[in-house]
Amino acid sequence: MPDVTGAATLRTEAAPFRQTEGGGPEVFSFTLDNGLDVVVVPDRRVPVVTHMIWYRNGSADDPVGQSGIAHFLEHLMFKGTNRHPAGEFSQVVSALGGQENAFTSFDYTAYFQRVAREHLETMMGFEADRMTGLVLDEAVVGPERDVVLEERRMRVETDPAAQLSEAMAAALFVHHPYGTPIIGWMHEIEGLNREHALTYYRRFYTPENAILVVAGDVAPDEVRRLAEDSYGRVTPFGERPLRRRPREPEPRAARHLAVADPKVEQPTLQRLYLVPSSRTGDGRDSAALELLAEMLGGGPTSYFYRKLVMERGLAVNAGAWYMGSSIDDTRFSVYAVPGQGISLEDLEDAVDATLKAIPAEALDADSLERAKTRLVAETIYSTDSQSSLARIYGSALAIGETIEEVRRWPADIEAVTKDDLARVAERFLVPPRSVTGYLCKTAA
Amino acid sequence: MSVAAMEALSASPTEVARVLSPGGVEAWHVPSEVVPLVALAFTFEGGAAQDPDEKPGVAQMLARLLDEGAGPYSSDAFQERLAARAIELSFNAGPDAVGGSLKTLVRHVDEALELLRLALAEPRFDADAIERVRAQTIAGLRYQQNDPGVMASRRFFEEAFPGHPYGRPSGGTVESVAAISRDDLVALHGKAIAQGRAKIAAVGAIGPGPLALALDQVFGTLPEPAPLAAVPATRIAGRGTRHVVDIDVPQSVIRFGTDGVSWRDPDFIPAYVLNHILGGGAFTSRLFQEVREKRGLAYSVGTSLVSYRGAAMTWGYTATKNERVGEALAVIEAEMARLKDEGPTDEELQKAKDYLTGSYALGFDTSTKIAHQLAQVAFEGLGIDYIARRNALVAAVTQDDIRRAADRTIGDGRLLVVVAGRPTGLA
Repeated sequence: MPDVTGAATLRTEAAPFRQTEGGGPEVFSFTLDNGLDVVVVPDRRVPVVTHMIWYRNGSADDPVGQSGIAHFLEHLMFKGTNRHPAGEFSQVVSALGGQENAFTSFDYTAYFQRVAREHLETMMGFEADRMTGLVLDEAVVGPERDVVLEERRMRVETDPAAQLSEAMAAALFVHHPYGTPIIGWMHEIEGLNREHALTYYRRFYTPENAILVVAGDVAPDEVRRLAEDSYGRVTPFGERPLRRRPREPEPRAARHLAVADPKVEQPTLQRLYLVPSSRTGDGRDSAALELLAEMLGGGPTSYFYRKLVMERGLAVNAGAWYMGSSIDDTRFSVYAVPGQGISLEDLEDAVDATLKAIPAEALDADSLERAKTRLVAETIYSTDSQSSLARIYGSALAIGETIEEVRRWPADIEAVTKDDLARVAERFLVPPRSVTGYLCKTAA
Repeated sequence: MSVAAMEALSASPTEVARVLSPGGVEAWHVPSEVVPLVALAFTFEGGAAQDPDEKPGVAQMLARLLDEGAGPYSSDAFQERLAARAIELSFNAGPDAVGGSLKTLVRHVDEALELLRLALAEPRFDADAIERVRAQTIAGLRYQQNDPGVMASRRFFEEAFPGHPYGRPSGGTVESVAAISRDDLVALHGKAIAQGRAKIAAVGAIGPGPLALALDQVFGTLPEPAPLAAVPATRIAGRGTRHVVDIDVPQSVIRFGTDGVSWRDPDFIPAYVLNHILGGGAFTSRLFQEVREKRGLAYSVGTSLVSYRGAAMTWGYTATKNERVGEALAVIEAEMARLKDEGPTDEELQKAKDYLTGSYALGFDTSTKIAHQLAQVAFEGLGIDYIARRNALVAAVTQDDIRRAADRTIGDGRLLVVVAGRPTGLA
């Protein structure tokens, strides 16, 4: 069902640009006359295709005061067109034995179906039709807004940990819309209406702004022919809509905040740093941050886990992640769950001491090699899944990367040196760039 | 549509071969050289239902400790060997089984199999590892302690299976996990991780010869099993009752249930088709349409069939703001009654069968998914040809079958209902 790509999902997208050793999967790309970009990733093992359409607009493009409109429109995109009334697309997908869904992220919105290969043409017909043909009845907008409000209640309003995540992002990004939740703020969702949705739709849902990705049992020529017959008939807007994104100012203040709730029985410590993304980083900065997150916090052999959990027993879990796949400056996270009787303050001191020792202690050659092996192996594992490949290429292109950059990713990882790691740690994992969050219990 | 779907399915996963090792260990095998990896899935009979009555959580703790040190390797040494080769090894525990999976690049398959063998046959259960996993488990339980979804589910199982192993929290409680001893772990390990207890599936770039040798190496040297405790057959209790877990949140989580049909039962496939129509995982189900699309009552709503060794159940979920709980439950109960009394339309039944047959192949598009599906089919004792037969079974379901399935599941329509939140307007 329509879904928000929340922080948890984005974490796994933090290292999206993968390929196999020795060149990776064959990937084909071309652009239709109306500006639609097309990517084809053949996978002949099963006679199934994954059909995805990506739009280069996400929650960070929501107009001021209408947070959540990208995500709300994603829900409303299932409400039918003149040609195909509400529900027909889903019924056809279902009757063909297909599966469908959609998701909204900060930088993009995507829709997909997985079907037997012979139904690709049908999917393209429906998806091209709703690119510009959406019809919104007032009668469906109200109940769907209620659905989104229930979604927000489920994900955030009943969960103090999610409330802390929202508060930390809002503090980290003092100016940039990455600080606003993808699903939107409760009071602004309540005010979203049909006009907001249609205005937003007409601005962003155009062939020039979309990327078609087809992975599976198909040939590029066949996809081109089918795409020209469906998407190719959609009238272009004239030019790709502009995204107007403010830049974060240079951060100066280390920020601390807490969410205290009587429901919290297990405190946690979270830290975010404002860091460059794959799009804003210089040289090897982004690849180095990717590796640094893996070495510091990628599982039980990582530096944080070894120091804080295994050696000192201060935490029961500790780790790190980096959301590298973003258009603008992004987040690097460090987290730890304190052991029984350990205060969050003491744990934070220990985390800071551990961070200070990075160049001297954390960056040994074995750990670096292990982290590179793991990241590069993930690129091979990803070729086992056509859905993963479709997502990797779609998300990369949606944030302005090229196929060549995706394919170069393992080489970029291999090229990172210990000096690169020390440099990005020293430059970016510093207090002025940080927000520290405590999740803790209050008296009822 | 169905024909095409059947053809789609006739690709790799239906060509399942039986590999029998020289030592007598069986695995189901789907070879494929396209991607240079090997995926293994396995399921050992004997899960959380084997936990001592007063100590739920042993099976899950066992699953978390198997890769925390084995043979000559301490926990960190073992984890470093896995990480250095990007070998992915994981274990889990359900009510009836301890399972796991292994994924490795072909060039590290020997090392991966040896680490798997050590984890299964020679876990160390070192004191420091036990204490670390205990602390992690307790932290996890505390973290979820006031989560409305977790609280609703826990209460639901307590009410559904009182006094039965299935009624206990399989992850344990803060108190029970604190009391689990090394002896408890060793005892369950000896019962479950033993010769002949495992169903095994292998997919990917490994031939039948090397696989046979690997089976003997990994599974053939396990100890003789100690007997498992019998898990008595039972059925859902408390139908017709409603229970509220009070928690101060703006949205209530709802769990509801009634009788079900076991996967091994001849009526399972009709019940599965019926469940798809009622609340299966598609935008077209009746509950999705009535609860979400028409009324905006919830973001998620659905039902599924739960099939344990000793019990079967139809289980449903949704969440709605406190003020609308009564309305949501009324809609759900009315839809279930209507489906039971009137049955689906012929068109609705046909569409459900088309979906279920057509989409079956989508569950077989990665090596890991294929391995897990095969291990599960083997665990349920459905036969190596089940995947090839399954779509024909679905296609053959008639309105009579659906009526019988509705009698056995929805029955008189009384539900066990648990609500976690501050619902208003509940009768």
